[in-house]
Amino acid sequence: MKYLNSKEECMSYDELRALQSRRLCEQVRRSYERVECFRRRMDEKGLRPGDIRGVEDLHLLPFSYKKDLRDYYPYGLFAVPMKDVVRLHASSGTTGKRIVVGYTRNDLDMWGECVARMMAGLGVTAEDIVQVSFGYGLFTGGFGAHSGAERLGATVIPISSGNTANQIQTMVDFGATVLCCTPSYAMYLGEEAERMGVQDQLRLRIGIFGAEPWSENMRRKIEEKLGLRAYDIYGLSEVLGPGVACECSEQAGMHVWEDHFIAETINPDTGEVLPEGEVGELVFTSLTKEAFPVIRYRTRDICRLIREDCPCGRTHVRMSKPSGRTDDMLIIRGVNVFPSQIEEVLLRVSGNRITPNYQIVLDRVNNTDTFDVNVEMSEAFFSDNVRAIEALERNITEQLRSTLGIGAKVHLVNPKTIVRSEGKARRVVDNRSGKM
Amino acid sequence: MITKQLSVFLENETARLCAVADTLAKNHINIRALSLADTAEFGILRLIVDQPEKGREVLANEGIVVRLTNVLALSAQDAPGGALGALRVLAESGINVEYMYAYVAKVSGKAIMIVQVEDMEVAEEILRRHGFDEADFAGFGD
Ligand SMILES: [Zn+2]
Repeated sequence: MKYLNSKEECMSYDELRALQSRRLCEQVRRSYERVECFRRRMDEKGLRPGDIRGVEDLHLLPFSYKKDLRDYYPYGLFAVPMKDVVRLHASSGTTGKRIVVGYTRNDLDMWGECVARMMAGLGVTAEDIVQVSFGYGLFTGGFGAHSGAERLGATVIPISSGNTANQIQTMVDFGATVLCCTPSYAMYLGEEAERMGVQDQLRLRIGIFGAEPWSENMRRKIEEKLGLRAYDIYGLSEVLGPGVACECSEQAGMHVWEDHFIAETINPDTGEVLPEGEVGELVFTSLTKEAFPVIRYRTRDICRLIREDCPCGRTHVRMSKPSGRTDDMLIIRGVNVFPSQIEEVLLRVSGNRITPNYQIVLDRVNNTDTFDVNVEMSEAFFSDNVRAIEALERNITEQLRSTLGIGAKVHLVNPKTIVRSEGKARRVVDNRSGKM
Repeated sequence: MITKQLSVFLENETARLCAVADTLAKNHINIRALSLADTAEFGILRLIVDQPEKGREVLANEGIVVRLTNVLALSAQDAPGGALGALRVLAESGINVEYMYAYVAKVSGKAIMIVQVEDMEVAEEILRRHGFDEADFAGFGD
């Protein structure tokens, strides 16, 4: 089964635009009636719902921001009465204050469909055994992957994240064929499976990984360690959760399900809409969500949209893997730097031999930014030869300079000195605040 | 003459140096000779111990980056021309010495010499032909 729903997934561009226009007008009208924040912003712009006649008018609409979720916490942005909300998800975010989103029964069905479309396209069927090692709970990962697999009638192992040895034993004993988790956790599972010597006993063939940035090199490495094909899934809880955009078997960008969401890329400084194909901040508008609709929500993810035909036959636009976040973007000596660029360099330099555990340390000395990159040494990487290690250090330094356009000081540090949890690593230490 | 040496990556010399020594001592592994090669950025600690395999294992378990490398170990004291004699023989045979270090036993005053070369087997053969002998580790850290 290549498509879950070929009518929607392969709809012609014109049909898709017409469907989007119809749904957008409805969504705008509903949000204007029920969401005070949106109504106020429309009024400020002198806009009435009737002024929006289709997707061509999308650019007129006001943006919405992560901050809105904090300002209207907990239920201020919900567009249905609480009796119609059947699920809440929440995340704490880095600034500490929680955000919460809600779903109606229809919203949950739509979510399950989005994830199931991806899985079906990759060849997941009712015969498959899907191990969901995303965290279950307020985080959207576990339930999102779960609902997609269940929709297909696959056998779900809702193991959640953590307890790595048990994860691997379960994979082996239960014969898991599909694994869903964060890419860093997939990498960790692969390393542990290798260490436990059970790689040959794994039956995995498909991996669905998301919820954090990862590189093409990391994909190859995970594929090799776990013996599967790895695919990227994208989503934010503010917009839906994982499944807003999904890779197909081509592994060449993630299809945004355009019958449910409109994607735009904008210049993050001016808010101006960019032509499809140009790199900018990704902005989403939901078309069918009931409990928590979003209109022109600024994701802060940096990517580009690909409108070319995909060999898989789906007509929905693809987004490239985000190359960074507007808020991850570091401005060092006036140059924009994304941590993901550093990760790419490290993997390339080490020839995929080491897990690139690294940390960026920024400081300000005599009015100038200092930029240090600590890279963990590993046994595969170490040699008895001083010159070989110096050459490695120099190679990393030179590659960073040519990729980023500014110089960094590279330090090889002892292993396991940079904190790496099973979730996300602290990649940036910025000590510059308050220093002129 | 070919001996296993432990090579250890050091980022922060003093702290790590102590950790290495402590770990070996705790596991009753004797250090017979050591040398530290360092640059401004990092160092490589090279150790000759009485149980190299076990040494590698216990250090690796402590999260220390360590590798077993082959080196030549000779007795410098009794050898013709001492330490310099060995170097001269290798130089004349066109064998490139990457590094060397010597170590003197506290009690006996005997010296051993550790040499790293590119072509280990050839170098060993040449040194034997010139009368150099196995290092005698008696009295070195045991
Ligand atoms: Zn495709």
